[in-house]
Amino acid sequence: MSYRALVTTIAAAALIGCGLAHGQAAQAQGTAAASMSAPDALVKSLSEDVLGSIRKDPSLQSGDIARLNALVDEKILPHVNFEKMTRLAVGRGWRDASAEQRQALTREFRSLLVRTYAGAVSTAKDYQVRMQPFRADAGETDVTVRTQAVPARGEPIQLDYRLEKTSAGWKIYDVNVLGVWLVENYRNTFAGEISRGGIDGLIKSLVDRNKALESKSS
Amino acid sequence: MKALGVLWRIAVALVLAAALGACASIPPGAGSNPADPWEVYNRHMFDVNDRVDRAVTKPIARAYEAVLPRDVRVCVNNVFLNLLEPVNAINNLLQGKPGEAMSDVSRLFWNSTVGLAGCFDVAAVAGAPRSNEDFGQTLGRWGLAPGPYFVLPLLGPSSVRDTFGRLFDFLGTDPIWYISEIPLRNSLVGVRLVDMRASLLPAEKVLEAAALDKYQFVRDAYLQLRRNLVYDGNPPRLKDPDEEDADEPPAQTRPTEAKPADQPPAAPAR
Repeated sequence: MSYRALVTTIAAAALIGCGLAHGQAAQAQGTAAASMSAPDALVKSLSEDVLGSIRKDPSLQSGDIARLNALVDEKILPHVNFEKMTRLAVGRGWRDASAEQRQALTREFRSLLVRTYAGAVSTAKDYQVRMQPFRADAGETDVTVRTQAVPARGEPIQLDYRLEKTSAGWKIYDVNVLGVWLVENYRNTFAGEISRGGIDGLIKSLVDRNKALESKSS
Repeated sequence: MKALGVLWRIAVALVLAAALGACASIPPGAGSNPADPWEVYNRHMFDVNDRVDRAVTKPIARAYEAVLPRDVRVCVNNVFLNLLEPVNAINNLLQGKPGEAMSDVSRLFWNSTVGLAGCFDVAAVAGAPRSNEDFGQTLGRWGLAPGPYFVLPLLGPSSVRDTFGRLFDFLGTDPIWYISEIPLRNSLVGVRLVDMRASLLPAEKVLEAAALDKYQFVRDAYLQLRRNLVYDGNPPRLKDPDEEDADEPPAQTRPTEAKPADQPPAAPAR
């Protein structure tokens, strides 16, 4: 049992990137149409669409960052509120950040998440998405959509999304893998960076990390 | 098994060596997070575990993965998980979920027979999914908060509550420790460890990329994950403590159910 707890912990941490990409992966046949549809339908079509793209593109499976960025821009970005995601992860410090700093934070955080996903994308093709029962009141503007990523063999992985309703449709702003919410998992780290080096210190850490990942992959 | 005894001694020697040479970097303000008052110790132990892993466990897991085909590894993994069904059943019972406990027992029966000693999870195919229960979760279900985060030597992330839970699993409900033939038992424990470590290999790459601070990332993931397990995948939503979202309605809170008392791990770090 103890082993399993450890296994799942690290797997959860690791798969966060994976979940995010699925989550960001909100995409559908017609962007506008999908955005206005029910949140669970959006998550379903987006997940399936992104997984489909990965399955038929070997360069994505090998973690090609340029291709992955294109996929994120085209399919996922329209359905994700990266700024809200970043704001929630930054927490209290966001209030004191200038517009430029906020932009830089959002850009670098997004880049980190995409690069993280690049490391997991090769395994993503083996999964199917299974929707879990969804219920929300008609007037709800903030919902959680629950899904499972089901591998060909082995245990299904819990994969949930938080979405909020905006004038431009439903937008994903947090993703959860095995019960680990992405935003919450970065919150303590970000707060620590800010207390040591201010907002610019956090931006620098993110930039450095992205550069390190870039040089590693090339 | 002599080889295992030797391996064990090597592992112990490495832990000691690593402990002596360890110099985990301790950030200022360590220990100020209420969920992790023992951060200084924890960071050192995390560092030691990491060194031992890189020197011993991970290379063995890599070799295991390279040598055995995927289907065989899945089979081995299923066999070990099948052996843990009694743990699931007992803890589901202790948590007042007799239906789930029954399901675990029937899973054990079907998978041990039709599923060839657990190699195939036929029960899951038939619509009875595997539970994931242990005594730490039962204590959480009973209302015990996790207490301080605690990194165990060699075993890794835990909390005070989960350490007690693990001890109970170890002494009481994990069938592997009831095997009276010691060499066989030790071999199985060894293979189980390798099986577990090997299953982490793909995930590890992502962890290395995602974490600005690996220690913190693993800690916060562990605390969230355990909370999620205590609530069987559906914990009540935590309030975002720092959220500055004036234009938003207050966060939806689900009706609080049975009410296990878990502390939100997300208190502002420092």
